[in-house]
Amino acid sequence: MNGYNFAYLDEPTKRMIRRAILKAVSIPGHQVPFGAREMPLPYGWGTGGIQVTAAILGPEDVLKVIDQGADDTTNAVSIRRFFARTAGVETTTHTAEASVIQTRHRIPEMPLRADQILVYQVPLPEPLAKLEPSRAETRQMHALADYGLMHVKLYEDIARFGHVAISYDYPVMVNGRYLMSPSPIPAFDTPKMNRMAALQLFGAGREKRIYAVPPFTTVRPLDFEDHPFKLVRAPHACTLCGARDSYLDEVVTDDRGGRIFVCSDTDYCEGRRDAAPGEAA
Amino acid sequence: MTVPLLEAHELDLRFGAIRALDRVNLSLWPGEVLAIVGESGSGKSSLLHVLSGQGAPDAGRVLYRDPAGAQHDVHAMPAPHLRALHRSDWGFVHQNPRDALRMTVSAGGNVGERLMAQGARHYGDIREIATDWLRQVEIDPSRIDDLPRTFSGGMLQRLQIARTLATHPRLVFMDEPTGGLDVSVQARLLDLIRSLVSRLGLAVLLVTHDIAVARLLAGRIIVMRRGQVVETGLTDQVLDDPQHPYTQLLVSSVLQA
Repeated sequence: MNGYNFAYLDEPTKRMIRRAILKAVSIPGHQVPFGAREMPLPYGWGTGGIQVTAAILGPEDVLKVIDQGADDTTNAVSIRRFFARTAGVETTTHTAEASVIQTRHRIPEMPLRADQILVYQVPLPEPLAKLEPSRAETRQMHALADYGLMHVKLYEDIARFGHVAISYDYPVMVNGRYLMSPSPIPAFDTPKMNRMAALQLFGAGREKRIYAVPPFTTVRPLDFEDHPFKLVRAPHACTLCGARDSYLDEVVTDDRGGRIFVCSDTDYCEGRRDAAPGEAA
Repeated sequence: MTVPLLEAHELDLRFGAIRALDRVNLSLWPGEVLAIVGESGSGKSSLLHVLSGQGAPDAGRVLYRDPAGAQHDVHAMPAPHLRALHRSDWGFVHQNPRDALRMTVSAGGNVGERLMAQGARHYGDIREIATDWLRQVEIDPSRIDDLPRTFSGGMLQRLQIARTLATHPRLVFMDEPTGGLDVSVQARLLDLIRSLVSRLGLAVLLVTHDIAVARLLAGRIIVMRRGQVVETGLTDQVLDDPQHPYTQLLVSSVLQA
């Protein structure tokens, strides 16, 4: 910890971020601007998430960091070590033991509890950005809850592909008021956000925005009455643990076309294998 | 129905020393087509801008009567209400359809956008209405999934009209709807507008510099010059027997076909 303030950021910066978080929690789904700092991490690697985590972390917290569901990838390992070194907090790879979970692009399979906080890393906080290039105009649309345009996008997908072809970053309505980008989590994870017991915080470092979903808030994916939101999951069981309900990664195993499907949430997969040894391969 | 749909009282608008609108009064009754004619810079577009609530006048009021009969001051209305009005009860047809259409969205999506903005959430219904509107504006419904950039200029303008009318507005603002089209396409479009207007009982506020368009579509006409209304009356009366010297000049400058 020597040479650093607790959790790297200086106290006035943390206070500024906490104010933004408080405002974000009071207006579920609304993007609050904040003065994002340079972090010792490139943009796109979680500069927003890491600042939110730094602002909420206390000495008693237990931190878990996942990247695409995995605890052992570069991004997850680096950020976990960063806070172990600058804050001296305990770290874990077990979802159940963590009090703060920073995530990139996944929600853990295990349902989260009310005493946990989930921090998302967000590259593009504005769900309307791809449809309406003007930031001034999208702000106006949020202010007036004028979200017909997003449905035009869904309409176009159904007209062209026969279904809504958004497989990640699926647009959601928060608390029946704000349209929100859930960050690039798979559409498979979107229902987990609805009425989740844990507080969900979203940090976008490059775009300098923070938003939040308070515990037990409704989060509904956008859809049409005659084309309701559908879960898409690879039709396989996990090769390692045999799970048929988890989100799967396809892993190429050799150069002769061999491939297996395994749980993207490594902790969930390990937990299942420990609980029932020798059941699956 | 003897009460006006839209009323303007003593509208004033200045751009520096230029008086774009000089104490303009007008009333538009339900189901009526009113043309505003005048040369470039006479204030017709400024007037349309102010009447449709997109710009505020320096003085004067614009009053709109909603279907329930309540009167609203367009410029005192909260922004969400004005936007809702523009999405439902009102329509706006631009001279250049590319300004209004979403060029990266299919024809069906363009027609459906206003419906979805109003809260339509049934894909099948939206599609059915879009198909029906394409047919009404004489676009082959099989092109519902084509992008507007594959359409000709005349088709684009008709698509814009379909998109505007899909929510059954009561009042449509048209800014030079036939500008930039060649003569035969213009004639077909005018024919289409005229039949739609009479069938749907629309009130239309039409801005044009083309006297022929005004004569064909409008029941009543307002002649503007330097921000002032110089003459107003029934179209045939004004055009056949112009009283003001400027109107006389305007009418005589048109080649008789």
